[in-house]
Amino acid sequence: MDRKIYMDHAATTYVKPEVLDEMLPYFTDKFGNPSSIYFYGREAKEAIEMAREKVAAAIGAEPSEIYFTSGGTESDNWAIKGAAFAGKKKGNHIITSAIEHHAVLHTCQYLEKLGFEITYLPVDQYGLINPDDVRRTITDKTLLISIMTANNEIGTIEPISEIGKIAREQGVYFHTDAVQAIGSMDIDVKSLNVDMLSLSGHKFYGPKGIGSLYIKKGVKIDQFMHGGAQERNRRASTENVPGIIGLGKAIELATATMPQRREHLTRLRDRLIKGIMDKIPFVRLNGHPTERLPGNANLSFEFIEGESMLLSLDLKGVAASSGSACTSGSLDPSHVLLAIGLPHEIAHGSLRLTLGDDNTEEDVDYVIEILPDIVERLRQMSPLFAEREGELKNV
Amino acid sequence: MDKNRVVVGMSGGVDSSVTAYLLKQQGYDVIGVTMQVWQDDDPERQRLEGGCCSLYAVDDARRVAQMLDIPYYVMNFKDVFRRKVIDYFIDEYTKGRTPNPCLACNRYIKFEELMRRAHAIGAYYIATGHYAKIEYDEHLRRFILKRSIDDKKDQSYVLYTFTQYQLEHTLMPLGSYTKTEVREIARKIGLTVADKPDSQEICFVEDDDYGRFLAEQRPDAAKEGYFVDTAGHVLGKHKGIAFYTIGQRKGLGLSLGKPMYVVDVDAVNNVIVLGEQDDVFDDSLIAGDLNFIPFDRLDKPMEVTAKIRYNAKEVPAIVYPLDDGAKVKVVFDRPQRAVTPGQAVVFYQGDVVVGGGIIERAGRKPFCNDI
Repeated sequence: MDRKIYMDHAATTYVKPEVLDEMLPYFTDKFGNPSSIYFYGREAKEAIEMAREKVAAAIGAEPSEIYFTSGGTESDNWAIKGAAFAGKKKGNHIITSAIEHHAVLHTCQYLEKLGFEITYLPVDQYGLINPDDVRRTITDKTLLISIMTANNEIGTIEPISEIGKIAREQGVYFHTDAVQAIGSMDIDVKSLNVDMLSLSGHKFYGPKGIGSLYIKKGVKIDQFMHGGAQERNRRASTENVPGIIGLGKAIELATATMPQRREHLTRLRDRLIKGIMDKIPFVRLNGHPTERLPGNANLSFEFIEGESMLLSLDLKGVAASSGSACTSGSLDPSHVLLAIGLPHEIAHGSLRLTLGDDNTEEDVDYVIEILPDIVERLRQMSPLFAEREGELKNV
Repeated sequence: MDKNRVVVGMSGGVDSSVTAYLLKQQGYDVIGVTMQVWQDDDPERQRLEGGCCSLYAVDDARRVAQMLDIPYYVMNFKDVFRRKVIDYFIDEYTKGRTPNPCLACNRYIKFEELMRRAHAIGAYYIATGHYAKIEYDEHLRRFILKRSIDDKKDQSYVLYTFTQYQLEHTLMPLGSYTKTEVREIARKIGLTVADKPDSQEICFVEDDDYGRFLAEQRPDAAKEGYFVDTAGHVLGKHKGIAFYTIGQRKGLGLSLGKPMYVVDVDAVNNVIVLGEQDDVFDDSLIAGDLNFIPFDRLDKPMEVTAKIRYNAKEVPAIVYPLDDGAKVKVVFDRPQRAVTPGQAVVFYQGDVVVGGGIIERAGRKPFCNDI
């Protein structure tokens, strides 16, 4: 395996050297506990506050509205459970969608067991949520609406600006999981009317194990991590200082270079999608044709099992995914693909290629070159394909 | 498909690990795969340490693959395993038969489904750590299956269902080694699994407690009924036919003043027939679902040695074709203890596996026809 091509940036990214450089001193020389009063502690604390400013600036928030967490999953858990528990005297209803990340879906399912009522809104064939559905579903018991900014599997960008407006009008908290969106699209929490927003460092060339929850000033949610007085008494646990520094640097870089990134990724993505669809029959693009993340290509190949396709690509040096990394261990059909109406057998034959800053046209062309053979070989083994080919010949 | 590429089914145990090592040494492009077949939803019970499918096997196999520097994947076989092995296992028991799930697993999971997925990633071969030998016989122009050189470890019994296509696409390098040699190799190359004990139990049944498993999976299978003697007299109550197997003496929960054995399981009437020692012996049996390896079908009687369960001793027997070759009657040269419907009877000539089938019934007249 000579060539190695990484096309799974929605799963995780590498840490950019500039980011790592900023982090390193905080493992060794500047190792202090930010809660300590002496020099070492102050130094770490100041660095954290600088990072907080950078995160705030990237999403149009105030630094005091940014809380560091262990990642996207914790941010989602905190936002949803926190709002549910804090609001349980007022109501018990939460609105989310059928295509959220499992960090949201499983949290909601847990709350259902505790007696909360959850509405899982359907999506259309492109994975879009209809804001009117949100409006219609709100009751006087509704505590929270949690709708993702952009989907991790199919890349569809949701109309969160409209949903935020509805939530604000109705006086319901609005949380959005923006884990996939940061660095790929403009996010301004004020103009989007977002009350809470989750983000995660390792999706935009920062380190793993660090994320953040934006909580708009005045939003009342229960504490999730209990213990010390860190994060202004709202999130206990000694701060992951190097992680926080890395997150700050990474989000600063990601937002500063966004126009070039969007242009680069969109060009490669369109080349990839067109190249594959031109060369291979019986393929469909999942997600919205235009309202999609610049780096996301998600395609379904009829008559094929995604697992065999992924392994064949891996053996040719291409790292891809069939859905999200969290579910690829199980290879049960993706809940997102089922929600957009794909039948099981087609959902099984899906491939997600997510591009990143370092991908090149050559990478894309290599995939376009090797994929047809893989698909052809797998289809030759499929009795269904033989039948379909037979039908076509008879026409 | 690439003739140099082989997918090795890796369980994390000594045998499959050494298999992967030997094939890599021989220059094959080896890919390790662990089949994820069974997952107990109850986390407390996920500690199942049974044979090849324990969840912990994945961690062991992954480490071995890393050590051997081969690509390694976990593939999901849960659906097909449920259908072809577990459902079959439960159905057979509820029919009063005693299935061999390892046989079904080899036949449908390894040599059908794993092979299909191996082909899908371009591999011409799959390999397993079974102790048996595959050879090509120039004279017959067919692939043949032979027993392992290690008598004690020989696993050819569970492989009699091999088709010519499967044999052509399977490698079993351990057939030419003894278990001691395999452990030696494992130690030499520093495999930490070298001393892991051999797996024996059925992987999806905790503590080998079939009765409880069946009662959980299909509560109606545990319907109480009566024990009767060979003349039809009621002797007491049984817990459900799935809890009993032919030849069983212990655990009947009866005190009858003399040793009594299960001699028949009558699912239709929900009755367990008990008899004395002599009643457990049969001089013949009828088998169906046949497969022959050196030839396609049996058209005349054949002298073989026959084995009626995994741990049974082989005995000389003559196999007679019945029903145009769809079934066989096997006549032993001396009576055999506990001929058990649902188990496989496998035929040998010398070291060669001639074939086998599933035992449908003992050759004697059924007991209690008139119940």
